[in-house]
Amino acid sequence: MDPVATTTLLTGETTARRTTVFMKFLMATTGALFVFYVLMHMYGNLKIFAGPAAFDEYAEHLREILVPILPYSGFLWLFRALLVVSLVVHAYAAFTLWSRANGARPQRYAVKNAAKGAARTKMMRWGGVTLLAWLIFHLVQFTIAKVNFNGAFSADKLKLDGHPSTGLLVIASFQLWWVVLIYLIALVALGMHLFHGVWSGAQTLGWTNSATSRRLAHTTAHLVAGIVVLGFAIPPLAILFGIVKG
Amino acid sequence: MNLTLNIWRQDGPNAQGRMVTYQLADVSEHMSFLEMLDVLNEQLVEKGEEPIAFDSDCREGICGMCGLMINGKAHGPEVTTTCQLHMRSFHDGDTITVEPWRATAFPVLRDLVVDRSAFDRIIQSGGFISVNTGAAPEAHSVPVPKPKADRAFESAKCIGCGACVAACPNASAMLFMGAKVTHLGELPQGQPERWARVVKMVSQHDHEGFGGCTNTGACADVCPKEIPLDVINQLNKDLRGSMSKRA
Repeated sequence: MDPVATTTLLTGETTARRTTVFMKFLMATTGALFVFYVLMHMYGNLKIFAGPAAFDEYAEHLREILVPILPYSGFLWLFRALLVVSLVVHAYAAFTLWSRANGARPQRYAVKNAAKGAARTKMMRWGGVTLLAWLIFHLVQFTIAKVNFNGAFSADKLKLDGHPSTGLLVIASFQLWWVVLIYLIALVALGMHLFHGVWSGAQTLGWTNSATSRRLAHTTAHLVAGIVVLGFAIPPLAILFGIVKG
Repeated sequence: MNLTLNIWRQDGPNAQGRMVTYQLADVSEHMSFLEMLDVLNEQLVEKGEEPIAFDSDCREGICGMCGLMINGKAHGPEVTTTCQLHMRSFHDGDTITVEPWRATAFPVLRDLVVDRSAFDRIIQSGGFISVNTGAAPEAHSVPVPKPKADRAFESAKCIGCGACVAACPNASAMLFMGAKVTHLGELPQGQPERWARVVKMVSQHDHEGFGGCTNTGACADVCPKEIPLDVINQLNKDLRGSMSKRA
């Protein structure tokens, strides 16, 4: 008869840092940083209600954090570097675990509802990929290239006191329904990612040992997802419907 | 009742498997699911065909030997073992699809029988305590707080059937391991090897080709012994602890 069990008992030293659970720790901790960042970003966005000047001023203040201990923009660039490293780690761990999971069950079940929860898992994975694609678009649009899709705003009209204004660019951009639509779709993906991610992260970090802490983790996940979706959806919608004007 | 059964048939570990449809008449609702398969097998033998191979042992729901994917649910529609599932959970005219557990770490040996020795190797790697056998010490000499004893007992109920792996979208065995880590970690006797245990078990688990956990809870939903999802939290916590506590 053909040999079946080819796997053997591991010999030699084992280390926690080479396990799939450690990969999950990396995802949870980098994810926690993103949650903090997203909440701060959301707060900054709401400044648009105080007008483009206040919005630009907030962006300027971000560059002055810890000045003069750090040079101008120093903190911002350090934080950006941390975010990029975290994103690489988060995505690397995700793709590694994704490919492991695929390898763990090459033969699917004939009855499709076999693996309950698969939908949520796929949502995390494909939703994560969606977010990554949107993130690149978002960074190009507002940070790297500062692209204006709105023909009604000339380069001159996007200037405030002679300087290009990001606040005005935001207002110009979200007057277009399709830009708002792209952001709303990304927000749905983000909300669902946070919904499962916050709870799952708490479980991965070992914080959900009691019934009370499990409830707290679930409630926090609901709250974070809800607040983030609402907080990010309000400014674009307010601009689209003319409540916030340039 | 009359049933249509779609059953996975596979002649050997490396043979190509296929779904085969059988008609079974006059099934009593009092039969267990395995007794229903026994009846089908008797008919197959009478016709000179190979009976369907499936695992079973105690048929009392305590040994963990049986386990089938029934209509896409591990152990079928009730929260119990396959042997304790009765045909009254089905209706006349039903079509029932029966498949083996699907996981790289659980290769199919024949028909519905899978090799679960990966679980044995995970236990062998760390799921034990080292004690001198001989005269048993006085039980009251090692006090165990009641909540810890209860949680240890709840986790110790795992029978190692593999339903958690079968149901998991990632074919992960974290619930199985979490149960053992929690069971031993809650008790004084489990402390000396606690921090090495979790690392060795998870390393062996990964080596076997099981997937990682995505906290979907699909495992706990089908566990016939109702092991709660928080044992995976305990496993994660112990692995995190091992990084600082293990010298």
